[in-house]
Amino acid sequence: MTDLPDGIQRREFDGRTRLATRGEPVYGEPTDGEWRCWDAGRSKLGAMLESGMEVDLTGGEGVLYLGAASGTTVSHVADFAGPTYAVEFAPRPMGDLLDVAEARHNLFPLLKDARKPEAYSHVVESNLDLLIQDVATRGQASVAVDNARFLADDGQLLLAIKARSEDVTADPETVFDSVCEELTEAYEIIDRQRLEPSHDDHLGVVARKR
Amino acid sequence: MTPNAADSGWFESVDSGDLTGAADAIAHGSANAPSEWPAQAIDAGFADDTDDYYATLRDATIEAAREAVAERQQADDQQLLHAVRAMDDATRTANELAERCHEWAATQFDDIDSGIDGARDVASREPTDPLEERVVSLAERIDDLATEAEELRDFIERLAPDVAPNLAEMAGPVLAARLISLTGGLDALAKKPSGTVQVLGAEDALFAHLAGRGPSPKHGIIYTHPAVNGTRPEDRGSAARALAGKLTIAARIDHYSGDFRPKIHDELDDRMATIRARAGDGDGGGNVDGDTEAGQ
Repeated sequence: MTDLPDGIQRREFDGRTRLATRGEPVYGEPTDGEWRCWDAGRSKLGAMLESGMEVDLTGGEGVLYLGAASGTTVSHVADFAGPTYAVEFAPRPMGDLLDVAEARHNLFPLLKDARKPEAYSHVVESNLDLLIQDVATRGQASVAVDNARFLADDGQLLLAIKARSEDVTADPETVFDSVCEELTEAYEIIDRQRLEPSHDDHLGVVARKR
Repeated sequence: MTPNAADSGWFESVDSGDLTGAADAIAHGSANAPSEWPAQAIDAGFADDTDDYYATLRDATIEAAREAVAERQQADDQQLLHAVRAMDDATRTANELAERCHEWAATQFDDIDSGIDGARDVASREPTDPLEERVVSLAERIDDLATEAEELRDFIERLAPDVAPNLAEMAGPVLAARLISLTGGLDALAKKPSGTVQVLGAEDALFAHLAGRGPSPKHGIIYTHPAVNGTRPEDRGSAARALAGKLTIAARIDHYSGDFRPKIHDELDDRMATIRARAGDGDGGGNVDGDTEAGQ
């Protein structure tokens, strides 16, 4: 079961218990006082936490987030975590991510390619607690393995694997197995779970650096 | 500079308070491995404490990302449209003048080839009288104009992937630019139905068909794509329809989202393989690996 830190709470929104963090609203999500709803339908990490995967969060973690896109999920991460490095490759979503970063003191946006960690190794510090990855490119496992360099020895990987990015035609389970197999180069897998119904053909993976 | 510059932090040669320098170091620096940068920055006297370091880092990363975004957004679809139109004008004018030049030069020199190559040959000659001087000078202008067209093409090849990553990947940079130019912008292209994209550039044939004078055109400018012209004639209609469908999706992703999606490119390859497999019996149309050089 997910251990939630103080920065994440389960609260009532529209009669349902949903996750929430404290911070500036970003994408028109419902709010309750200073708490804003973390929409699991729009956030794979949200779906992983909501479904109770074996995620170990304490709050205040150093985080590297790969595939930050417009900042929907990374905004919640920065709400409960410590220094949060957000890597995104495409300029257009980066425009939105900049607005999210400006409303927070601990979010560092980087317009970089997650497949080339050398290009941000001079900025992102080592010994981070969390690597969160949601990139829709082929070779998702090798991106996670390459970026393990930023994690502390017992650092955690929270990964959303998109089957269709690896192979459109193959059976998703086959894709997930081969990605997980490749992950074991650098990680020990703690938990894996499909993210249906909120995210089709996605697998959530929790792993620890070896 | 430290002896081991490849493994120093972004703040290494930045003065505290120099935001522009810091943003530049973040955008263009690199290191082989990460390190405890906050602690090192404090040791080096760059930051007073961790909070100070993170505050500086935040300002610098936001500034770096903002500059990079602004730079990439300069690459807008209208610039691409102007560039491809200028390239076509330059090419067409150079060819016309080369024809004129060839005709004229043939009265002055022996063994002149036609076309741009011929004009370049004339341009390299040493004129011996005022008449030859005029011919050679004209040829020099043609050479310059043709060079300009080539440089415009290089420019389009660099620009198009920034403006429309998926469309440029699928269509090739120049065809992507032409599609944008024919519709007047990426915005307009993204709103066109796939059937319109299929016959863009074949308006004469289309309207003749609509007026009842002729068959419907199977393809417009997308004929230049290897998926169409590398497919045997019987299957070109299918190929053009499949390609136009995927190009439309690519243009919509580029306009509304802007991120690169490898998936749609694989889907087109799969579809083309299916269409070409129809030729099957090895008559040249059955080149199933999507290669460009299928002999027809």
